[in-house]
Amino acid sequence: MLMGIFSLLAASLYVLLDAVDVALTEAAVGAGVSIILMLGALVLTTSEEKVHDAKHNLLALVVVLITGGALIYGTMDMPNFADPQAPAHQHVAPRYVQDSVDEIGIPNMVTSVLASYRGLDTLGEVLVIFSAGVAVLLLLGAGTYRRRPRPPRKRTK
Amino acid sequence: MEWLGLFNYWVVVVLMMTGFYVVIAQGNLIKKIVGLNIFQTSVFIFYISLSKLEGGTAPIYVEGITAYSNPLPHVLILTAIVVGVALTAVGLALAVRIHEAYGSIEEDEIQAQDEEDARNT
Repeated sequence: MLMGIFSLLAASLYVLLDAVDVALTEAAVGAGVSIILMLGALVLTTSEEKVHDAKHNLLALVVVLITGGALIYGTMDMPNFADPQAPAHQHVAPRYVQDSVDEIGIPNMVTSVLASYRGLDTLGEVLVIFSAGVAVLLLLGAGTYRRRPRPPRKRTK
Repeated sequence: MEWLGLFNYWVVVVLMMTGFYVVIAQGNLIKKIVGLNIFQTSVFIFYISLSKLEGGTAPIYVEGITAYSNPLPHVLILTAIVVGVALTAVGLALAVRIHEAYGSIEEDEIQAQDEEDARNT
């Protein structure tokens, strides 16, 4: 439930930051599919957590604070938010913005970069999803050694 | 407001460290995966913040507009979101499998069972 709200908020943030395609994907995949997967996993395991007495993990806190401090220190050298002179906007992005409509013929630049200029990335993504699907089927679908027999979980995508 | 220029990145760092803490400190495997998701989303927000351009619009060609935000990080993050969900699915499947084998998804209980098995053999 909270994760759904979290995904939805992230999607709204992407809209504000001009990334409409990413927002669509996050809303559909993040708020939709991953919540279903999460609920399915909770049904198959247990939805009740073991109650711990309130002990704080001091070591983890120290590690997290040190890492966070280092990251904040790292941001000090970064260009300001939305700075047009930032190096990220100087390399290949101008070419995508200026030429992709003529070269590919699709007004949406994200689509032309995704499907054409960086199509190999998308192929890699498909490979990863395929292996993930095979891994889930191998983990859950074998059904040879289980304490309580259950129907194998259907993958939703 | 010069010092506010990096504010987005600081929010990202705070979010990322929240996820990191959950991954380290939580004993419950499903909650660990939730923490990993938070961590992941912070990276996405970081990339999308990088692609934002002052005065730019969404990267869809419209007559008369010259400033668009950078489409490349958007593409990378589109890929990363989908891959992230696939990995969440694998992680949850592992958690389900562990629950079938050990009857628990609490790290310390699994550890205790493992040690007991090691002593008995």
